Amino acid sequence: MASLNMKATLLSLLLLLVGLGIWEAMNQAPSATAGLSEYELMMGGADQEARVPPPSQVFSHAWDELSDPFYDAGPNDKGIGIQLAYSLYRVLTGYLAAALIAIPLGFVIGMSPLMHKALNPFIQVLRPISPLAWMPLALFIIRDSEGSAIFVIFICSIWPMLINTAFGVANVRTDWIKVARTHELSPLKTAFLVILPAAAPTILTGMRISIGIAWLVIVAAEMLVGGTGIGYYVWNEWNNLDLNSVIFSILMIGIVGMLLDMTLAAVTKLVQYED
Amino acid sequence: MSRHFVSIEGLSKVYPSKEQDLVVFEGANIGIDKGEFVCIIGHSGCGKSTILNVMAGLETPTTGTMIMDNKEASGPSLDRGVVFQNYSLLPWLTALQNVSFGVKARWPAWNKTKVDAHSSHFLEMVGLSGALHRKPSELSGGMCQRVSIARAFATSPKLLLLDEPFGALDALTRGVIQDELLKIWSETQQTVFMITHDVDEAILLADRVLLMTNGPHARVAESVKINIPRPRNRANIIEDPAYYKIRNYLVNFLVKRSGQLSGSAGQVGGATQEVDPSVEINPQSEQSAALKAVI
Repeated sequence: MASLNMKATLLSLLLLLVGLGIWEAMNQAPSATAGLSEYELMMGGADQEARVPPPSQVFSHAWDELSDPFYDAGPNDKGIGIQLAYSLYRVLTGYLAAALIAIPLGFVIGMSPLMHKALNPFIQVLRPISPLAWMPLALFIIRDSEGSAIFVIFICSIWPMLINTAFGVANVRTDWIKVARTHELSPLKTAFLVILPAAAPTILTGMRISIGIAWLVIVAAEMLVGGTGIGYYVWNEWNNLDLNSVIFSILMIGIVGMLLDMTLAAVTKLVQYED
Repeated sequence: MSRHFVSIEGLSKVYPSKEQDLVVFEGANIGIDKGEFVCIIGHSGCGKSTILNVMAGLETPTTGTMIMDNKEASGPSLDRGVVFQNYSLLPWLTALQNVSFGVKARWPAWNKTKVDAHSSHFLEMVGLSGALHRKPSELSGGMCQRVSIARAFATSPKLLLLDEPFGALDALTRGVIQDELLKIWSETQQTVFMITHDVDEAILLADRVLLMTNGPHARVAESVKINIPRPRNRANIIEDPAYYKIRNYLVNFLVKRSGQLSGSAGQVGGATQEVDPSVEINPQSEQSAALKAVI
């Protein structure tokens, strides 16, 4: 008897093979027929139609790229590892800066109904703004494309963390607050010993949503600011008409995003408690 | 008025409203001696929990004060430990950590070894030495309440407040923990004030039982002395000749008189009557006298 996990894995592999098979079959260049003119050979055979490269080509290209991920051959030719590292650096910097502000501010909003009412209108107006809409203003004020990209990540990842922290803190069970009060804990100790662990799962959920959004936004932001990073890389390879690299980098964006999410999920598990 | 270790004078709680203020209870005078175990019984809504929350410092009374150990007690304090009905353990901490949470708050200067030793000693006293490192989600309701009791006793408060601690437990578990509570109480000589709905529980545990009339305008009508020698346990207490006299008296109060006496404006601010049913010949005469007073 195969377990559910086994069956699911087998089905996943089957779907992958079928998908890759269809992709491969639909994008074969027509076989070279005899009697091609020299011109036709030079232009890539009789096939004048542009095609999505089949997976076999993409994977062999991916293999080449991944076997030397950190090469640096000038501004327009850097390894995938370097590009991803630039993107990760921007995402993590903006994200951590957002966490440093969002979590304490979320505590204040969650603990004080006055602050909640006072700040809520600002949050409601600022939150729906597409992070990229900030880009021109950021470029003008910061006068640095790197800083502007980090700012865009900061502004897009702050909201889920802020809102979840405020919600988690505001909804800590009153019983636990009573326990803190009857034990004469100072407000600071109450915050760290009772409210923080009680709200931690909700805060971490906000952090997990934020890192996902930040990784979505960095690609678009780097397409705009250019220079380095995975978003720039995708756009640059499109300009080079290197679809192998485009598809390869799309896959890499997905894999890194998944790893970021898995990391946050693992941390969430650490602070999760069963009530 | 003689000075008690804890004395509550003229306590009342009024929730103001636009039409008519809601007077939960008024004129409550309660005295508790050091080492005494006092239970309070009354119907739901008579403000027992509010009295306890005021004593714990979690709520402020509308009028009245509480003096404990010659000092006015206001606001929450480690001098008054509380055991809540729903255990109120911190679910991310183990049983031991929950108890040492209280111990650390009480004695911040103690090192970890001392805190842990002190905490596990109290967990042993409630029979939980095998479950020190389990979290509340891995413990049964009865075990959780034991941890909560251990946490309260471990901080050695001057006054221990128990808010219906066994209300959510099944009868068998309740009996076992009542015995444990009696044991730990006699070892620590703790002063205890406890809310209960259970007449038998009150007779088993208490030196005195305070009876409250129905709310609103509830008041502490009587203080019933439980004249049954200690040590008591569930098996032999029912053989005591005074047991059924006391029990009948308490049940009679709850079923009939708590309603009849409620809201009788003439009694407001009146002193709590002291009663010892074990020497009372016929509690029925007391009842008819009270009836006449109401009419």
